Amino acid sequence: MRTVIFRTIAPYLSALMVLYSIFVLLRGHNEPGGGFIGGLIAASALAIFGIACGVASVRRAIIVHPMSLAGFGLFIGAAAGVISLFTAQPFMTSQWWPVNLFGVEIKLSTPLIFDIGVYLVVVGAISSIALALEERESD
Amino acid sequence: MTPAVIDDTTLLAVLAPFAAAVVAPILTRWFKHNAAWPLALVPALIFVHFAGFISPVSIGGTFVAAVAWAPSYGVNFSVYVDGLSTLFALLISGIGTFIILYAGGYLKGHPQQGRFFSFLFLFMGAMLGLVLGNNLFTLFIFWELTSITSFLLIGFDHLRAASRRAAIQALVVTGGGGLLLLAGIILIINVTGQMEMSALLASPDVIKDSGWYLPIFILVLGGAFTKSAQFPFHFWLPNAMEAPTPVSAFLHSATMVKAGVYLLMRMHPVLGETALWTTVLPLFGGVTLLVGTILAVRQTDLKLMLAYTTVASLGLLVMLTGSSYEKALEGAVLYLLAHSLFKGALFMVAGTIDHEAGTRDVTKLGGLRSAMPITFAAACLAGLSMSGLPPFIGFIAKEILYYGTWGWPGTGLVMTGVAVVGNALMLVIAAAVAIKPFFGPKTDTPKHAHEGPVLLYAGPVVLSVVGLILALIPHTTGVLFIGPTLSSLVGTFTQIDLHLLPAKIISPPVILSTITVALGVVLFLQLDRLRAMIAGALTAIGWGPDKGFDQAIAGIVSVSSAITRLVQGGKMQTYMVLTFVAAAGAVLVPAIVGGGLPAVPQMPVHTFYEWSIFLVAVLGLVAVLIAKTRLTAIVSLGIQGFAVAIIFLLFGAPDLAFTQLMVETLSVVILALVMTRLNLSPRDHRSSTASMVTGTIALSVGAGIGLTLMAITQQPFDRALSDFFTEYSNSIAYGRNIVNVILVDFRGIDTLGEIAVVALAGLCVLALIRVHTKQADPIGDRPKASKSAKSKEAV
Repeated sequence: MRTVIFRTIAPYLSALMVLYSIFVLLRGHNEPGGGFIGGLIAASALAIFGIACGVASVRRAIIVHPMSLAGFGLFIGAAAGVISLFTAQPFMTSQWWPVNLFGVEIKLSTPLIFDIGVYLVVVGAISSIALALEERESD
Repeated sequence: MTPAVIDDTTLLAVLAPFAAAVVAPILTRWFKHNAAWPLALVPALIFVHFAGFISPVSIGGTFVAAVAWAPSYGVNFSVYVDGLSTLFALLISGIGTFIILYAGGYLKGHPQQGRFFSFLFLFMGAMLGLVLGNNLFTLFIFWELTSITSFLLIGFDHLRAASRRAAIQALVVTGGGGLLLLAGIILIINVTGQMEMSALLASPDVIKDSGWYLPIFILVLGGAFTKSAQFPFHFWLPNAMEAPTPVSAFLHSATMVKAGVYLLMRMHPVLGETALWTTVLPLFGGVTLLVGTILAVRQTDLKLMLAYTTVASLGLLVMLTGSSYEKALEGAVLYLLAHSLFKGALFMVAGTIDHEAGTRDVTKLGGLRSAMPITFAAACLAGLSMSGLPPFIGFIAKEILYYGTWGWPGTGLVMTGVAVVGNALMLVIAAAVAIKPFFGPKTDTPKHAHEGPVLLYAGPVVLSVVGLILALIPHTTGVLFIGPTLSSLVGTFTQIDLHLLPAKIISPPVILSTITVALGVVLFLQLDRLRAMIAGALTAIGWGPDKGFDQAIAGIVSVSSAITRLVQGGKMQTYMVLTFVAAAGAVLVPAIVGGGLPAVPQMPVHTFYEWSIFLVAVLGLVAVLIAKTRLTAIVSLGIQGFAVAIIFLLFGAPDLAFTQLMVETLSVVILALVMTRLNLSPRDHRSSTASMVTGTIALSVGAGIGLTLMAITQQPFDRALSDFFTEYSNSIAYGRNIVNVILVDFRGIDTLGEIAVVALAGLCVLALIRVHTKQADPIGDRPKASKSAKSKEAV
């Protein structure tokens, strides 16, 4: 598996895939995509990076333990639902805050935060499993 | 008389200890053991609050206060203040004040002292809630809270196995009894339609007249007898002496163990005065009294001697409550008050001796009176009260209870005999605990004994002196405390007139008292021989409920592990086969039996490239089946999955296709990793029979799911949901991708649940992989162990 070509290309490929996964995540509300798919893409990116360059480099690259990513994702997913309670609406009622940035209207919202949470949970959970499995193989 | 409604201060008084439990660790960090002084203010203020009820309650007043808790279920947080609950609330808060002080001195310098205060306050709040609870569910919740906090307190010294065992034992016995009580409460609510104790007491004959009296009686008794350590459930109480002494003094003498007695007294107007009540209660109570005192004589540990006499005293209280005879009930109330005072004091004395002398083995103690004069004085006062000698409250209690047993309708003679023997043995123990360590030649103790600090002797001194004062003002005691409490028991307002000395010198109680004292003195002089005799008899029996408890627990554990082994054999293949057979059965059997099979479909019309993708999917499957190695099979499975993804794309489900594509990629990667990880041989070596079996199962599951889907699609399609989502996705949720809007907005809570499952599943898999690593690297294998440590660091 570890050919020179693969090892050279893998970091760039992974970086592009992660970038693409974020693109997919953010466009999800209007076009095909969303947190779940984005998370899966990012998880595959990390898996590829791990197979090519070793698990240790992946762990260095993402800084925190992937399970912490999943935990954080779950936390902000739940927190996004709590926000509506402060406006005396039921749990998880979506809140919208359109922001005008450089003349483009960007709709920030609790579903977006929630979707980011989904993304993090999927990336975190799947790559913890994949990395833990790869680790033994590369030992 | 309907109870008057009062303001919510009383509710706050019940909740105050819970607030104190939060503050206690912080204060303890700041002031160390001196935090006991400010903390003791909390129960002291509660005491003052309830002292305000003494006067209105003594003229027959009853009070209620309530706030809605779960109104849809009729559950209120409500209190009912009458004579009985006032007496208990005063005992809990009054003794609690000194227990907090005592705990400050007893656990001085203990690293977890703050936590200990916290637990004590939690217990205090639970106990107050229990004795004041008006709503039956409130009462039950606080009842169980006392079991749980008692578990925490007994197991406070959780590093010792004996503590842990005692804590679990107490929790199992009292918590189990609590479940019986819950069943009883539900029955009571169903039979009477009332949830408030005050309403129940207002119409006392409803339960007795219903056909449900017997089950309610048994269930309530189950709760009360376990909590109040009645034979044969008494064994948890002596074991609970593993707890630090402040706990024993508070929970296991003055308050928690009396919760059962409280319940019986509270329920007396509703459940009492029946033939069943007057047979069962005296029987169990009398046996407990005798067993408790006999076992107490056998002990040499001060705390254990006191613990067994507590069991005995609880038996005496249950016996007297079971008489339904007013004079005996009066004796019960008096004895309840006297016992809380002298037993609390004696426990604290025992703890102080242990703390200062380093042992509480009565055979190793002696001559402490000059070293610990204040403790000695308190021990004497409390010991005399326990012995039932004048001029102490214990004496009055004993006189009245002899009145009660002597005049007991029917079985008076038996009850009197039991009471005399029990009281004589009680006197023996009182003398052994209060006199033996202080008199005689001074013995060598592990620590050089001297008087403890004021925090340690404040409690015993005050409690024993109160026992004396209450006896010196008998009329006031009777009017303010005993009369109102008795009124709660008999259900009508009753006033009594107490005297320190009986009116007639030659009367049955006085004669019985004299016999008791004489018998007690004789037995005390023969204590060592008596102890050896009882020890010999117990060794000969060799089995007790305590051992029985261990056997029962061992039995439960072995049965459950046998069931676990049966259900979870640990073989993945078995699980998979069972799961898939069940799945196939679940979809196929109803379809075949209930005639839900789909009609034969018409051949659909598809374009050439659609057909070619179908073909790719089938080819992928064929490749899986004929693959030589497992890795090839896994990759071939991927071919089939990708083909399905393209089919989704062709039929207008880009999101689904996208996800399917990623899932397939990752499944192939992870399956391949798992395969290398498990060191499976590259080839499949199953016999052809095994392949046939798994093949059949696979085909039936596939056929089942396929047929079900066909049957579903042949039904007319209900567009209600699709129309709703199409209409509102963009207008109210501002998203054009309906799938994603459903996921993150319309059905967001479902998704929240799903991502929680994903995260948890990830955690579990991670843990499983780690377990495997550990087994592969046995401890002691140095190079490997260090490697696994390194990989853990990396994680």
